[in-house]
Amino acid sequence: MAQTATFGNRTSALTMPRLRNLFITWMGVIPFFVFSILFLFLPSYSLLVDAFKDAQGNWTLANLGGLFEDPIRSGFILSIQISAFTALLGGVFGFLLAYALVLGKLPKWIRSTFVTFSGVASNFAGVPLAFAFIAVLGRTGAITSMFKSVGIDLYDAGFNLYSFWGLILVYLFFQFPLMLLIMIPSLEGLRPEWQEAAENLGASSPQYWRYVAFPILLPSLLGTMILLFGNAFGAYATAFALTGGRLNLVTIQIGAQIRGDVLHNPNLGFAMALGMVIVMLVCIVGYTLLQRQTEKWLQ
Amino acid sequence: MKSAKLRRVSWLSWIVIVVGAIYFLAPLVGTFEYSLTALRDQYSFAAYERAFADPRFVQSFGYSMLLALATIVCSILLIVPTAYWVHLYVPQIRPLVEGITLLPFVVPAIVLVFGFIKIYSRPLEIMNIPLVPPLLSTIESTNIVLIAGYTVLSLPYMYRAVDNGLRAIDVRRLTEAAQSLGAGWGTILFRIILPNLRTALLSGALLTFAIVVGELTLATFLGIPAFGPYLQQLGQHKAYEPAALAIVSFLLTWVALVLISIVTRGNAGSAAGSH
Repeated sequence: MAQTATFGNRTSALTMPRLRNLFITWMGVIPFFVFSILFLFLPSYSLLVDAFKDAQGNWTLANLGGLFEDPIRSGFILSIQISAFTALLGGVFGFLLAYALVLGKLPKWIRSTFVTFSGVASNFAGVPLAFAFIAVLGRTGAITSMFKSVGIDLYDAGFNLYSFWGLILVYLFFQFPLMLLIMIPSLEGLRPEWQEAAENLGASSPQYWRYVAFPILLPSLLGTMILLFGNAFGAYATAFALTGGRLNLVTIQIGAQIRGDVLHNPNLGFAMALGMVIVMLVCIVGYTLLQRQTEKWLQ
Repeated sequence: MKSAKLRRVSWLSWIVIVVGAIYFLAPLVGTFEYSLTALRDQYSFAAYERAFADPRFVQSFGYSMLLALATIVCSILLIVPTAYWVHLYVPQIRPLVEGITLLPFVVPAIVLVFGFIKIYSRPLEIMNIPLVPPLLSTIESTNIVLIAGYTVLSLPYMYRAVDNGLRAIDVRRLTEAAQSLGAGWGTILFRIILPNLRTALLSGALLTFAIVVGELTLATFLGIPAFGPYLQQLGQHKAYEPAALAIVSFLLTWVALVLISIVTRGNAGSAAGSH
């Protein structure tokens, strides 16, 4: 409150200085809250509330039950599977890369190149990313034709870019760079003294990793992988541009529901949006808590 | 013994690095090569020429550039006063504001646009008092919704950039110095705080640009002829032009991110110098 006194000097002549002071204290944040209500809270709120209503506007839990029936149930399972695989694969590979860059004693330029590239790749999603992979690994893509010219038909061999594993391959392009970018500061936070201390106490390098470094990094590893999970779970544009709606992901189903009531029940669509927000909320809260733990340990 | 172990670790690192580099480069090099093969039996930039010559490309790309610009202005005008006020006058609501700026990660674009369509197709009323007209009924006001949606998507990045920028300068002392010289808060915000935040604002703006220019979800469902929907439709019936435009998009993202790293490095240098 002390800070507002400087403003108060100029307004003390007014009849309601207290109210005016209160307004001045808050006025800088009022537009932000009005904006958030209009374009973030009200749209979300109206979806979430109507998830609990039937077509006549009566309260019901039936829509939530509908989430556990096909096609919604299989959509959630598919989205969860794809997100989990990309989080796991992107997480492990991103961590290995970050490890190699921080502790691998490589030339400096390699690290800065990878960090810049990861910044670009983690922001390069959506339609152009899907097109890049189609141009390379689609049926007539550059690499597909290269294999064909030496007598190997990738698609006859069972590969298909427009499928479950194809989408995972594409998602990984923005997943592991994100992992790399978040893990590098964590790995840098490991102090050399800890390794020296462990070695002085007779620990081998694997023992140091098993009992010291890995447990310290675990919250960060887990947290970032949860973030990757949410990152893939909420993605629409990449999947739509790649598969055109052939994979029945949650986001694709919501998109179809917006275009026309494919579930034949608008409120079921709202319940789907609610289910999606709950999954995302769990991810973000999990990530934030685990990341806070990491910061505490690596200060 | 020790040097042998070091060498082994280094070997593994190299393998991981090479695999990572291949994964990064193969799609880009492959797409680039593919985009050059629009004419039979020779490399050419024909796909690029055709893509750029399409009047709908020029229109949609220009449209998206304008949308990006409007979003950046909105985002800055919204975030800078907020972050400044939180720093100086109402630090007690910092967790709330930070939480709100993270919400776009919780509410994905597809859910956000679903909500927009649900509430802005009709007049927005509270207790039968119309507050907001049906914004999605005309193209002009649909643009407002789209820019607002993009501003929402930019919140996490812009807020973090501005917040970091404010931490790096002594906001309180700058404000008090300006006040003691008789500056009003408008002068303080526009002539003291904004110029001191230019690095942070530039990096937030470039990231916003990278997000907005190729965005598909919001633009498609709001029916706005932006670059993302155009690109998606182009992919339905063309092969080489989409590849060419994918390369162009990648280069744009690249330029934006490289500019950010150049700009923020400059900032880190000057901050270190001033302490």
